Amino acid sequence: MAQETTAVKKKPTETRRRVDARTLFGRYGALIFLIALVVFFSLAKPNSFPTAFNLFNIMRQASIAGLVAIGMTFVILTGGIDLSVGSMVALSGIIAAAAYKGGTGLLDTAAGETSGVGVLGAILIACGVGLICGLIQGTLISRLNIPPFIVTLGGMTAFRGLTLIIGNGGPVSAFDPAFNYLGQERIGDLVPVPVILFLAVALIAYIVLRFTQYGRYVYAVGGNPEAARLSGLNTRFIILSVYMIVGLLAGLGGFVLASRLNSAEAIAGGGLELTVIAAVVIGGTSLSGGEGRISGTVLGILLVSVLTAGLTQLNVTSYIQQILIGFVIVFAVWFDRITRARRQ
Amino acid sequence: MTEPILKMEAISKEFPGVRALDNVHLEVMGGEILALLGENGAGKSTLMKILSGVYNKDSGRISLDGKEIEVHNPHQAQKMGITIIYQELNLMPNLSVAENIFIGREPNRFRFVDWRELHRKTRELTTRLGLNVSPTALVRNLSVAEQQMVEIARALSVESRVIIMDEPTSALTQNEVEHLFKIMHELRANGLGIIFISHRMDEVFEISDRIVVLRDGANVGTVDTASSSPDEIVRMMVGRPVSEFFGQAESNPGEVVLEARNISKTGSTNDPHKVVLRNVSMSVRAGEIVGMAGLVGSGRTDLARCIFGVDERDSGEILIHGVPTSIRSARDAIRVGMGMVPEDRKLQALFLAMSVESNASMAVLGDVAKLGFVSEKREGSLVEGFVEKLSVRLATIKQRVLDLSGGNQQKVVIARWLALKPRILIMDEPTRGIDVGAKVEVHTLMHALAREGVAIIMISSELPEVLAMSDRILVMHEGELVGELTRAEATQERIGKLMTG
Repeated sequence: MAQETTAVKKKPTETRRRVDARTLFGRYGALIFLIALVVFFSLAKPNSFPTAFNLFNIMRQASIAGLVAIGMTFVILTGGIDLSVGSMVALSGIIAAAAYKGGTGLLDTAAGETSGVGVLGAILIACGVGLICGLIQGTLISRLNIPPFIVTLGGMTAFRGLTLIIGNGGPVSAFDPAFNYLGQERIGDLVPVPVILFLAVALIAYIVLRFTQYGRYVYAVGGNPEAARLSGLNTRFIILSVYMIVGLLAGLGGFVLASRLNSAEAIAGGGLELTVIAAVVIGGTSLSGGEGRISGTVLGILLVSVLTAGLTQLNVTSYIQQILIGFVIVFAVWFDRITRARRQ
Repeated sequence: MTEPILKMEAISKEFPGVRALDNVHLEVMGGEILALLGENGAGKSTLMKILSGVYNKDSGRISLDGKEIEVHNPHQAQKMGITIIYQELNLMPNLSVAENIFIGREPNRFRFVDWRELHRKTRELTTRLGLNVSPTALVRNLSVAEQQMVEIARALSVESRVIIMDEPTSALTQNEVEHLFKIMHELRANGLGIIFISHRMDEVFEISDRIVVLRDGANVGTVDTASSSPDEIVRMMVGRPVSEFFGQAESNPGEVVLEARNISKTGSTNDPHKVVLRNVSMSVRAGEIVGMAGLVGSGRTDLARCIFGVDERDSGEILIHGVPTSIRSARDAIRVGMGMVPEDRKLQALFLAMSVESNASMAVLGDVAKLGFVSEKREGSLVEGFVEKLSVRLATIKQRVLDLSGGNQQKVVIARWLALKPRILIMDEPTRGIDVGAKVEVHTLMHALAREGVAIIMISSELPEVLAMSDRILVMHEGELVGELTRAEATQERIGKLMTG
């Protein structure tokens, strides 16, 4: 009893410090876990893992899914979901590649042949294809009120089918070096170009969400759509726009992937939606919308990539990797939930 | 009425940084209705959550029928006969009335639900409560009042010793409240202890035997209702005398700002053929407060939402300063200087996970932004200004609006609309579920706005509020405007009569 009374009468400052530590851990849980993983793999493989080259390679692997995950963060912040991202990556990649080469089939075009569209043209085409896909899906979701899960599930199948038709079931491959620059080049022989692109897009997205009127509206629509509407927000436009953003970034990702592989595969991006959603969720963005951060998404995608790469370097088979990543997703969300509950 | 059924002694509870309860005592006799009063944040809810096992106490004792008990979770509490009916209803909307009442305790045969028995028992309870719904009706199709009755039926079905009712009347109409009170009398006669939490002083004095007042997590006093007065209780609650419940209106209405002509609307979400509004015409002048009375579902809120452009109307027109204006969304309404404080602040107004600042600036974000970028400085000073003007009690405007009390949350919603400098302000239940102190402040503010020339439409289910605040009172019944009374003509009886048709 006496003990209880003293416990209750603790100085408020002490209580506050304890809360802050907890909040800190809750907020930076993904970061702490990421650092722990890097330390662990560095100790396990001291010669090969903690090298700048290896770490940049891991980031390069993360960059395409990372681009898409940034778009997905916008969508999930509004309380939506986009399952079609993998198919949009494939579709935009193959259309851009075909336009660049002036044909699709392996037989129609020779290696390195170009049509005169140019690299910039091809990038714009890829982004444009994604943007149009997003426009269609976003319109169906915001105007006809069809649940995003359904619309994008349909989109996932339909865009994949369209990709297979355009590519005649196969890839469009063998480009000239100009096309492959964005995916394969390294700045100063070290930093891969896709990594720079990914971080630049992440920075822009961070600024948009954190400092702009539009960003505020995205959180508002996700947090309480009815209140957003009654506050005079154009909720339909906000919802439409996030699907266009994820489409645009999936298109860009599609180009980078084709450029990196020197081939636009019809099966590219299969299962990408799951990696991307996992990264966003691990990063602490709430699937019900209204809460989340770009920094969390960046950490989430790095965490998944470090885990995959590290386990591969430890010769853990990809089957086991899948099981572990499954655990990480569930653990991350559980962890997020308990720290959130404590904070309230 | 000699031995208390329930005794809570020296209950203390601390949340991180906050002393929620400090050595609180509470006794409920068998066959007694005990009112538990206090401003929001006084500790009523925390005390009741400890009693019902949602929170664990830090120290203190609880005894039921003279035996000390430990309650660690709601299930345990219910088994011991302590039932709580929350203000926010806890029903499963997609299940039937019967399933909701007996969930987890369905009568069964060989582990299969015995539907016939279930429905028979349900009908027994609903008849006793005078609730006229089928046991198989889905809860989501019931009115709020009916849902409340289902909650009460559930409490009765578990053989409770003590029933806690947390603001059970806030969503009920006068008739329904009277019916609820009849049931409460019946329960009291059966020897149950009832703890009644309400912000409505008239109800507390009508129904309760004793009143316990909490302030800042501690007991202020316990009084026999018969020997006390509302003034005394309010003084105890706020710790200072509140001279007037409702401020004085000395209005001087100007020209007509808003006019709605022949508004009609058929079809609600539940019933596509229901006549929601029939040929309703009304107007508001600058500096005038028009009160709208009527039962829940009489069309008051629907009219407000049609005027504000967020619900579609079938016919009729809206005139702003005499000019027919197309208002088809909240954005259009805002453009012509209209604001609306909606009925349910949590569902329709607040972004609970966002800061007080973001909540308050939401409708005027464009005004504090340059090239799409929000200016933190301008936004901060705008919001600080309103926080001060409305005396919102908070630590910082960066804190989450979720952590504020109901009254302060409501002030944040009001601040959002004041930031627009509205010419017309629709306020739907502006003081629902907020404490006396905040209520007085909101009323004072409304008078001040009217003096500045804002045209105010106020919807309220509290007749004393309608009577005291309005320059003119419109009464609605089943989608039609059935009466218009001046301040001088209006009495509680006249309005009541019109409301019920």
